[in-house]
Amino acid sequence: MTEKVLLKNAETPDSHGIGAYEASGGYQALATVLRDYQPDELIELVKDSGLKGRGGAGFATGVKWSFVPKDPALKKYLCCNADEGEPGTFKDRAIMEKDPHQMIEGMILCAYAIGAETAYIYIRGEYTLSAKRLEAALKEAYDKGYLGQRILSSDVSLDIYVHRGAGAYICGEETALIESLEGRRGQPRLKPPFPAIEGLYASPTVVNNVETLACVPHIVTRGAEWFRGIGSESSPGPKLYCLSGHVRKPGLYELPMGIPLRELVEEHAGGARPGRKIKAVIPGGVSAPMIPETGLDVRMDFESLAATDTMLGSAGVIVIDDNDCIVRVITRIIEFFAHESCGKCSPCREGLIWAVKILRRLENGEGKEGDLEQLDFLCEGIFGNTFCALGDGAAWGLRRALQHFRDEFVSHVEKKECPFH
Amino acid sequence: MTAASAVSAAGFLTKEMRKQIEEITGRYPTRRSAIMPSLFLAQEKYGYLSDEVLLEVAGVLDVPEIWVYEVATFYTMFNTEPVGRFHIKLCTNVSCLLLEAGSLLSHLERQLGVMCGETTEDGFFTLSVVECLGSCDTAPMMQINETYYENLSAEEIDQILEGLKAQADDDARTVEPGDGGQEGAPA
Repeated sequence: MTEKVLLKNAETPDSHGIGAYEASGGYQALATVLRDYQPDELIELVKDSGLKGRGGAGFATGVKWSFVPKDPALKKYLCCNADEGEPGTFKDRAIMEKDPHQMIEGMILCAYAIGAETAYIYIRGEYTLSAKRLEAALKEAYDKGYLGQRILSSDVSLDIYVHRGAGAYICGEETALIESLEGRRGQPRLKPPFPAIEGLYASPTVVNNVETLACVPHIVTRGAEWFRGIGSESSPGPKLYCLSGHVRKPGLYELPMGIPLRELVEEHAGGARPGRKIKAVIPGGVSAPMIPETGLDVRMDFESLAATDTMLGSAGVIVIDDNDCIVRVITRIIEFFAHESCGKCSPCREGLIWAVKILRRLENGEGKEGDLEQLDFLCEGIFGNTFCALGDGAAWGLRRALQHFRDEFVSHVEKKECPFH
Repeated sequence: MTAASAVSAAGFLTKEMRKQIEEITGRYPTRRSAIMPSLFLAQEKYGYLSDEVLLEVAGVLDVPEIWVYEVATFYTMFNTEPVGRFHIKLCTNVSCLLLEAGSLLSHLERQLGVMCGETTEDGFFTLSVVECLGSCDTAPMMQINETYYENLSAEEIDQILEGLKAQADDDARTVEPGDGGQEGAPA
């Protein structure tokens, strides 16, 4: 059985409290770093570990930290991206509800590495239990001297505040998150400048995902080599996979990076429900294009999935069986993106509403000749022509669904009805 | 006197809330960043954000009214219209859709006698659909006010609604003090 790292405390009673965390070795990484590491040495350690961001983009975490200017006169910020909104994803919620100190310790370590004395946790507004657990955990950490002025009697100081989002998916995008934290509507900024140079309040800022930060204390305690020994060479480490949809055992699974998708779905999540067959799997939340059943031997890491024209994303794995309709599923996905488009770029704002109209028509048996070509055209017009990845993700997923399951779309047009509903 | 400061004299924000807002502004280098937390505070008290409340928040934070208004209308969790005492938010995103959240929506509409987006006449329930709430392994699911209800079926929804109605009835009997000690007694 695979050793649990991120979920090792999840089943212990009161796992969210500081007692359980300290009993399992928590906050020892912080003491070690403050005693033995210069900030640059910690950045090197995280670089050596090969840790890549778990929020979706998979950027090398240590490299991201190293972009922050060293000038001590500049104020720096850390933002923990806890705006988990990618449909099919519930891993960060599990960390925050069950073991929030893991992520808080990771934040203190990151803040030390980049020289930040103020950090914010931007958490999605609907996660009220997570927010309560975080507030309680922060208070415990302050009381124990892990936060505030002169942490563990060093000359390092840090304040962490919880900032609740209010229902906008787009705020998971790092520049929209920053805009929202500044009290504005969540609309992405043009990059460059990247946040590491000019982010929150125009200061150098690191934005890291919850799971990414939760990995950091373990890297300090057990070493970069240990971390690299888990998972695949290019994408090492433990990983949380969220399984949902048409499987026998939906749930959260901690397994190494790079596990074959088929093993994840068929062995760990129990495979299709009785009498059904898997038709397609979305591997990384709805921004990641679906894979037909024949493609399930792909490995769950950033590089392998990118090579098959999809992505690991948030590792929100959604399984669709042969009893359901791909047009219905992709219609709901594009409705979601149309609803969550911030409205800044017209290809995304207008193109997605247009695509929804056509898709609903198809699903209702009112599809016309030329509709599929019109969808192809819309995908081309949106992809690559927007400020942020929201429009890209929508157009990419739709394009791949149209390619993989063209027959199903054609059948909707020809039969003038949905063959499934 | 600006429009905002004139309205603030009306006092939607209590002294305690103003104190909390001041404390919140201390977390950020700009007062603008305190808009979202202040709106949550106001919504917690009034259930929704009226124009008067928005103007008063702008006044207390000393920021232009439009800054507050644009935030209140961009984010879906801020209600700019009144909602029922129990706000039912049914997830209809893919994982819930695959496990037939659509039929649960029809069921809720039938049981409550309202369409999605509406509030029951007695003001108890508002029915909304929402995007993914991060509880996909327990689909289908809904959130009522802050509480998650998971692995739902039509029968379970009926039980939940009955429980909430009973709770509302109980509360209605206990809110009036001095009514002969009948608090919580069966009607």
